[in-house]
Amino acid sequence: MGAANERVVYMDNNATTKVAPEVFEAMKPYFTELYGNPSSMHTFGGAVSESIKKARRQVANLLGTEPEEITFTSCGTESDSTAILSALRTYPDKRHIITTRVEHPAVKSLCENLEMVTGNKYRVTRLKVDSEGLLDLEEYRAALSEDTAIVSVMWANNETGVVYPVEEMARMAKKRDILFHTDAVQAVGKVPINLGELDIDFLSLSGHKLHAPKGVGVLYTRKGTFFVPFLTGGHQEHGRRGGTENVSSIIGLGRACELAAEKMEEENVRVKALRDKLEQGLLKSIPSSMRNGHETNRLPNTANISFEFVEGEAILLHMNRYNICASSGSACTSGSLEPSHVLRAMGVPFTAAHGSIRFSLSVYNTEEEVDFVLEKMPAIIASLREMSPFWEKKG
Amino acid sequence: MWEYTDKVQQHFLEPKNVGEIENPSGTGDVGSLACGDALKLTLKIDENDIIVDAKFKTFGCASAIASSSVLTEIIKGMSVDEAAKVTNEDIAEALGGLPKEKMHCSVMGREALEAAIADYRGLVPPMAEGELVCECFGVTDLEILRAVKESNLRSVEEITNFTKAGGGCGKCEDRLRELLKQGSNQILDIPMVKAQPKRMTVLQKIKKIEEVLDLEIRPALRKDGGDIELVDVDGDFVTVSLLGACKSCQKSQTTIKDYVEKKLRELVLESLIVEEEN
Repeated sequence: MGAANERVVYMDNNATTKVAPEVFEAMKPYFTELYGNPSSMHTFGGAVSESIKKARRQVANLLGTEPEEITFTSCGTESDSTAILSALRTYPDKRHIITTRVEHPAVKSLCENLEMVTGNKYRVTRLKVDSEGLLDLEEYRAALSEDTAIVSVMWANNETGVVYPVEEMARMAKKRDILFHTDAVQAVGKVPINLGELDIDFLSLSGHKLHAPKGVGVLYTRKGTFFVPFLTGGHQEHGRRGGTENVSSIIGLGRACELAAEKMEEENVRVKALRDKLEQGLLKSIPSSMRNGHETNRLPNTANISFEFVEGEAILLHMNRYNICASSGSACTSGSLEPSHVLRAMGVPFTAAHGSIRFSLSVYNTEEEVDFVLEKMPAIIASLREMSPFWEKKG
Repeated sequence: MWEYTDKVQQHFLEPKNVGEIENPSGTGDVGSLACGDALKLTLKIDENDIIVDAKFKTFGCASAIASSSVLTEIIKGMSVDEAAKVTNEDIAEALGGLPKEKMHCSVMGREALEAAIADYRGLVPPMAEGELVCECFGVTDLEILRAVKESNLRSVEEITNFTKAGGGCGKCEDRLRELLKQGSNQILDIPMVKAQPKRMTVLQKIKKIEEVLDLEIRPALRKDGGDIELVDVDGDFVTVSLLGACKSCQKSQTTIKDYVEKKLRELVLESLIVEEEN
């Protein structure tokens, strides 16, 4: 669809981010100059191996851990599957998994498949959330059992930005000798993480959510944790993940982690202020709109707002005319017929769930962009409400 | 991102006939907030049964809005009888096609139109009857059977794309599979009646073959000065003998295979094999 302004206003950073120019610069030599295989015996390949070591250190520094605890993978989904399946293979007699109702499909679908293909040999507890998206730790405590092989709880939710108390939950699991995995894809780079002081056994992250390229991820595995590889093959990644390294992307991810550490404060001050201005502005200027997710217990960059009585896909396509990019929890955008499982778990009414829009900012957003969105949104929502059969009834 | 045609985009961004007619001759109200799309169609029909105005209000995605808009354009100026024949395929076609996952938007258009016409005529919309199959989206067996037949649906996934049934909890999937079988069998029944493939006795076969030879094949061969005789029927093997001009014709084999066998297969039994007596 044709856009009215040339410039893209990108507020969909929880979907993916732009590769930082510094990251791209760091990657460039590894395509046509330093293209050796890090496993080779010659110095030419060995130099690449040294660069990967450096990237591993850069990732470890951001997470507050040791380089040997870092395994490079192809994406967050691979990291999630590797961690959960490794735990199940380590403890074949344990048949219980604890997760939440608001997990990303990477974990949600894996658990569903495990139940299905094993004919419910595996039992999955999915922890409830309240209307603000928060977990009940008492329910969690009661769910932990002798039979629990692993707990998998996301650090921050991709749709609402709600942050979960994984530090405390990992501690509770550790007391019961249960492995703890967290999908931290949305949290890394936005919340400070110091794994050295925590009881988390596995952590997944994804490069393209923090200004590294798509196609590279990391699985952190705490030293001393039993590990069964998911991808077998060569001896790469200390035998933890077969397959020739995605060298340039790994170098990029290392640099991106370094940048994330440098920009963490900006993210939590300037980006947060932009998000707040956007959110408050929208809620004020557009009637029957509401925030989804806890107000403070949240990532600094995410605003999930419902505009009642209109449908998300229609909103997005109108925004698209102005080159404003965001996402929706509406059913129609995904090809499924049901709105977001996250918003439904929170009990968001259908009137609001179908009209939910997620704005997710990054350090590359400006105040002008926020003003531009604030200027355009009221008319978009008003024009769709004009043709909604429910708006009139409501008014 | 969906691949929407220019027509869909045009009708979505600049929809025609948005609104509600005051004191309408007929109103069609379908869908709900929970379902994610809903359409209220109002018609103004004159004393000659012509739809002189149509307006819509829609809650839904781009294709739901575009389907509603194009529907009002299609039916304006039509007689009520003509409008009653408009199908969801007509709506999708007028938009240059819809992504398959969005076909239910065109179905919603047709349902609203049917409901509005029923309202005008003082009738109950036909689809409101029937047994509820999909509880999540409130879809009845009649709606599903109709979609299976009209749009030639061949999988549960297609049923979901067209009617939304099965798109929620998925509990009705087995029932949908049954309805799919039921709906598509009724289509297959038609050629089955023609060819009568079920157990025919040899006598029935011979009788039927003689009948077809008499009524269809002999008249054609006689035009060219030829004729045909039935020699034997053994299972599916039919032995014939060509007579007259056909006997010496170099194309006799072609006549047997491409004409006689084809006709007998079509009108008697699909499995017949026709051979010439040596």
